Amino acid sequence: MTAHAHAAHLETSTGLDNRKVAIWTFIGSECMFFATLISNYLVHKGKSLVGPFPHESWTSPTGQHFEPIFEIPLVTLGTALLLFSSLFVVLALSGAQRGNRKALIGWLGATIACGIFFAGMQVYEFTHFVHRGLGFTTNLFGSSFYTLTGFHGTHVAIGVLWLSTLWVDALRGKLPPQKSLNLEMAALYWHFVDVVWIIIFPVVYLIK
Amino acid sequence: MASHVTTDAHEHAHPTAGLYFKVGLVLFVLTALEVGLYEITYGERAGSLAPTLKPFFVPLLLLLSAAKFALVAMFYMHLKQDSKLFTGVFVFPLIIAAFIIVALMVLQAYHFAFARSG
Repeated sequence: MTAHAHAAHLETSTGLDNRKVAIWTFIGSECMFFATLISNYLVHKGKSLVGPFPHESWTSPTGQHFEPIFEIPLVTLGTALLLFSSLFVVLALSGAQRGNRKALIGWLGATIACGIFFAGMQVYEFTHFVHRGLGFTTNLFGSSFYTLTGFHGTHVAIGVLWLSTLWVDALRGKLPPQKSLNLEMAALYWHFVDVVWIIIFPVVYLIK
Repeated sequence: MASHVTTDAHEHAHPTAGLYFKVGLVLFVLTALEVGLYEITYGERAGSLAPTLKPFFVPLLLLLSAAKFALVAMFYMHLKQDSKLFTGVFVFPLIIAAFIIVALMVLQAYHFAFARSG
């Protein structure tokens, strides 16, 4: 274990920094938000009357054939990169807390690159699915799938923007160890986005 | 209103980079296991083991996901080292969230099994 510099903060009754309590409370509320979206997906799972379907091929009454929608290898790559980005952001935080600017900029840049790839993967996936006949209102699967993964993707995009602003701060030398809590809050949000995907990936893509 | 500053007495030193890399490796292996399990049960590589694995597929996947979730929360989100208040603020809504998911699934299953048949 290594000791690191913690930013000083105003005295509070808990002895904890209000900003950190605030981000954890926000994350707690986000748990409820994603619980509703995951519930929505699960209660509608397998209830679609028409295709295309996630894992099975389907032929419409007019004779049009639809292949299974999901492409597991691409999503697995995105999942792995999102997991790696969680590793990279804690290494960036460690660098920020130790005043190692080179490590901070490098690992934070790698985190942002992984986030951009994941968001790009999702944009490609959505576009590909629409071209293969799955729109937002095509069936229950389409509506619940796009709602759940779309909201998660939006969270990823917000996380990329948040981390990018901190990366610019780091490049300009405006993220010293005393301000590392700014990055710690963004990192906590980023990890939450990652753990939500840890649930979504098997529930949506792997479990038939 | 107090204007003086204090350092956080409840927070502790975070893990080293070595531990972060070890956790990252375990997360990667667990993800590979998830996808591997899918491939040999339902994927293109599904073989003679598939019928045996099918009843255990969902519980195993949920177990692997729970392990990954716990690792990220404990080591990367520092819940293992930080104040227990943060753990409470995170875990309490998580329990309610899990309850909501299970309750809605049971309600929906009941609706399809009994209520619709009259």
